[in-house]
Amino acid sequence: MNNSVGIVSAQRAIFDTPLVFRSGAVLPHYELVYETYGKLNADKSNAILICHALSGHHHVAGCYADEPENVGWWNNMIGPGKPINTDKFFVIGVNNLGGCHGSTGPSSINPETGQPYGSSFPVITVEDWLESQARLADLLDIRQFAAVIGGSLGGMQALQWSLTFPDRVRHVLAIAAAPNLTAQNIAFNDVARSAILSDPDFHGGNFYQHNVVPTRGLRLARMLGHITYLSDDAMANKFGRELRSGEFSYSYDIEFEIESYLRYQGDKFASYFDANTYLLMTKALDYFDPAHDFGGDLNRAFARAKASFLVISFTTDWRFSPERSREIVRPLLHNRRNVSYAEITSTHGHDSFLMEHPHYFDVVRAYLDNVSHERAS
Amino acid sequence: MMQNNIARLAAERPDFAAIAAWIPKGASVLDLGCGDGSLLRYLKETRSVRGYGVEINDLDIVSCIANGVNVIQNDLESGLSDFEDGSFDFVILSQTLQATRHTEPLIREMLRVGREGIVSFPNFGYWKNRLNVLLGNMPVSSELPYQWYNTPNVHLCTLNDFETFCRDFNVAVLERRVMTGESEVRVLPNLLGSTAVYRFQRGI
Repeated sequence: MNNSVGIVSAQRAIFDTPLVFRSGAVLPHYELVYETYGKLNADKSNAILICHALSGHHHVAGCYADEPENVGWWNNMIGPGKPINTDKFFVIGVNNLGGCHGSTGPSSINPETGQPYGSSFPVITVEDWLESQARLADLLDIRQFAAVIGGSLGGMQALQWSLTFPDRVRHVLAIAAAPNLTAQNIAFNDVARSAILSDPDFHGGNFYQHNVVPTRGLRLARMLGHITYLSDDAMANKFGRELRSGEFSYSYDIEFEIESYLRYQGDKFASYFDANTYLLMTKALDYFDPAHDFGGDLNRAFARAKASFLVISFTTDWRFSPERSREIVRPLLHNRRNVSYAEITSTHGHDSFLMEHPHYFDVVRAYLDNVSHERAS
Repeated sequence: MMQNNIARLAAERPDFAAIAAWIPKGASVLDLGCGDGSLLRYLKETRSVRGYGVEINDLDIVSCIANGVNVIQNDLESGLSDFEDGSFDFVILSQTLQATRHTEPLIREMLRVGREGIVSFPNFGYWKNRLNVLLGNMPVSSELPYQWYNTPNVHLCTLNDFETFCRDFNVAVLERRVMTGESEVRVLPNLLGSTAVYRFQRGI
């Protein structure tokens, strides 16, 4: 692969210090899987943390020796000479706690019971993730990140880094993010959760013991989500009203290409993703609200931040619209933080943040080039 | 190298030095239509300002970021709603006034967001421009480098016009510098000056 970090392998960090969640729940021990690309420099000042979104994970770039086709989800953005340049930065991808790609989550075995955690896995918040990510940073001996970067829910984590650990991050890149979810967004999440919760195979979250998977619910949740990640125009261009067989069949079979596509995406997702993880991720999204402890005042919430910020939105993203990104920019201006904001003209809706786009990539590249030249503070 | 850049910028854009001369060290500055961020970078390096730019053009956004200046991608003409009242010492509109459509509301917004406003613009009353028109052609020069059919300049004005505008809309001019190239013009400025820079505040 050209400009790729090449063959990578996942690593595992084991933590035996109990993690106390915002909810009050306690996880006595847990594991995080992560990958790293590039080299940590002598003063450990060139580390970048990549935070993933709802369905993401630690495999951000490169591929595995035994699975060459399993390419990291942000491989177009990260690599030697790429916008997130691994010749200059030490890049870390981590699977969040509660995930289903190797870090401790609902499908992991609880050593105390010998059974999967299932419904007993604590409901998690962005702040809880940050605590676990900070412990991983400690383990890697990284006191301060050059940058924390994420899109969507990952962007929310990046923002939270500047608030929870103001001295541990110099730059925050919040891409296609929002300062909280709107009622409409929470509503979408609720429908997705309802699809899973009402699947007879869900068994209150303990489906593992029944050797079934709530595939129908998970598939519906993903189909709904997928619609909201694309723009109306992108769907119209890609599928329009195309019929698979060319004519109406006057039945409830898959007729339109968009139906075929959505079901394919739903099936694919349901074959590997954990239903409990999906529930946890959507709740973390719903709860995220840095202004919550400040009477709803984002200006006060961001007063703690010391980092510099790059905020990026996409014109056709209606799930996390440009207006929501500007709600992030305004409190940063109010608090006189360094902030730049780019609104990328793209047709791909919320999914744009994962796609290669010249202006988007040039903006990230220019920003991080400057970061790579500065000294640790 | 940085010093060379500054010297080069000062030579290419004499209005930069004129603007910088009015700005005390450490001031906060908002540069509207900031282009590639050259002025903000110049002010950052010569006056240690805390600055932000507003720009709509994609390529300029990348240049601003590469120049290490804060830039917000937005259309000036849709207002400055992201910026709070009185949040800047200076709001600058450098060589952009003549290309704005809703000029009067924009000047009002500048003085809502900033304590003082600074504008620089090409003087349409400059004798070479007048001569061009007298000879029957639209002027094309280093200050007005466009043809009539591709110019973004929709509101060109003379020094007299701008000062009349300020009187009519209760804008108090604090200082004016008129230049041709790098030299200041003191005699017959509306005829002999090619570029004007004004510093102003809200009238009482």
